[in-house]
Amino acid sequence: MNTGIQLAYLVASVLFILGIKYLGKTKDARKGNFVSAIGMLIAIVATLLTLNILTLVEIGISVLIGSAIGLYYAYKVPMTKIPEMVALFNGFGGLASFAVALSDYYLKSETNLASLDAVNLTSVIVSLLIGGVTFTGSMVAYLKLDGKVSGQPITFAGQHLLNLLLLLAFVAASVLVFLDPTQITYIVILIVISLLLGILTVIPIGGADMPVVISLLNSYSGMAACATGFILNNNVLIVAGSLVGASGIILTQIMCKAMNRSLVNVLLGGFGQTVATGGADGPAVVVKEIGVEETAMLFDSASSVIVVPGYGMAVAQAQHVIRELMEQCEKRNINFRFAIHPVAGRMPGHMNVLLAEANISYDKLIEMDDINEDFSNTDLVFVVGANDVVNPAARTNPDSPIFGMPILNADKARTVIVSKRSMGKGYAGVENELFGYPNCLMLFGDAKQTITKVVGELKEMA
Amino acid sequence: MSISALIVLIYVLVLASYLGFELISKVPPTLHTPLMSGSNAISGITIVGALMACNELGYTTLSKWLGMIALVLATINVVGGYAVTDRMLKMFKKK
Repeated sequence: MNTGIQLAYLVASVLFILGIKYLGKTKDARKGNFVSAIGMLIAIVATLLTLNILTLVEIGISVLIGSAIGLYYAYKVPMTKIPEMVALFNGFGGLASFAVALSDYYLKSETNLASLDAVNLTSVIVSLLIGGVTFTGSMVAYLKLDGKVSGQPITFAGQHLLNLLLLLAFVAASVLVFLDPTQITYIVILIVISLLLGILTVIPIGGADMPVVISLLNSYSGMAACATGFILNNNVLIVAGSLVGASGIILTQIMCKAMNRSLVNVLLGGFGQTVATGGADGPAVVVKEIGVEETAMLFDSASSVIVVPGYGMAVAQAQHVIRELMEQCEKRNINFRFAIHPVAGRMPGHMNVLLAEANISYDKLIEMDDINEDFSNTDLVFVVGANDVVNPAARTNPDSPIFGMPILNADKARTVIVSKRSMGKGYAGVENELFGYPNCLMLFGDAKQTITKVVGELKEMA
Repeated sequence: MSISALIVLIYVLVLASYLGFELISKVPPTLHTPLMSGSNAISGITIVGALMACNELGYTTLSKWLGMIALVLATINVVGGYAVTDRMLKMFKKK
């Protein structure tokens, strides 16, 4: 490969790194994304310049189709559906690496068998495995997030044994590929197993654990790009792939820590099934209801309010009326903030994006560790569509399946109002002790509708 | 591939991973969703591999078709990923 293209790849790699560095500050973040995109453009143009001119028609058509689909989704997707979109695109990335690996393998097996050496074969095998698992795993995650497949964990007897056997079969088939690289059958076996493994490893994981799964699959798609870099002896793929791999791993760690669970525990899945019975043994929680008018009065008389948003807010699309609520409160000089739990929603940072969409300034969104001390001197906490992240059982009840999970100390506030559709349980399948606390009031109904009414009452009072 | 070439690639892998860990640890939690969709777009760098695969014409059509499929998918990932990240980041405002 000539020097020019290598230099272009070096520039692209530096731009990717700079792009991620700019993401460290919210005000520079958009610039960072732009810098990273420029890096990608340079890498693509440099590659195009070295290509056989005859293929440019095929390339042009493929790029046009891809860009049209990509742009259509990017501008059409509602912000509540971002987790689905990330899962879907992630799957495409995995499948692309998978297809590149296969394409390279076919080419070499037919034209230049000698170039299929140990390093190359290993890279192809690793690329097929990670790419395949990323693809089908992301598709299952997408279907679960989108509700096309139940978010409940799907488990069956011998599940882990089956996964282990498939993995062993994959290793065995890999050895056979090494012994006879021209034998297509073995490659087909590798393909089938890696696609199956992706499905089987994601189906036992429940909806609430999706933030972990998406982060992990994100990291896999980076590793798949890395493996492709080893096949093609290409540094820019390795740099970009390892940046993405590192990003996914860090997010996975943060999510696991915020749920007080190990990665292995999440991946083995089935959380919420075995524990549901344990939670039902205790006495039923007796709750106190509150109406719209009284809620408005409580807001009117408060001097500090903290809102705890959860996935339910996204489902009800309540973020915009919450901004109106915030405006009403700020007119009254009420200190109005949001407490964001790391695993609120279906992907890392999900709540922040929704609230940003509703035009809420990001300095109002406070992380768990920075706001937890403040609950005890707050007048009113408003929990919208969140459940497990405010369950005091995580602190007090060693028998609870969520015991030890860091939570937002909403219960310490003077008054807590919980906006909830009905008296259902959280994803962990446990009763929420908070709802029975003397300082806790339940505001039942669709979050968007009830909050709209509360805002209406507040406007009348003003 | 020679061992020395492989070693160079491993060097790049180790150093880039380390740098990635350092930089990404500093990204504030507020931006974790854009980080994810943005890094997703970066993983579309496979597009470079896909372009090269498309280029190797005339040997096997299967190889070419796989290259084109990879190219379409990687383009969706790159273009869609950067576009949606920009759309999100545009919304993050401080008043």
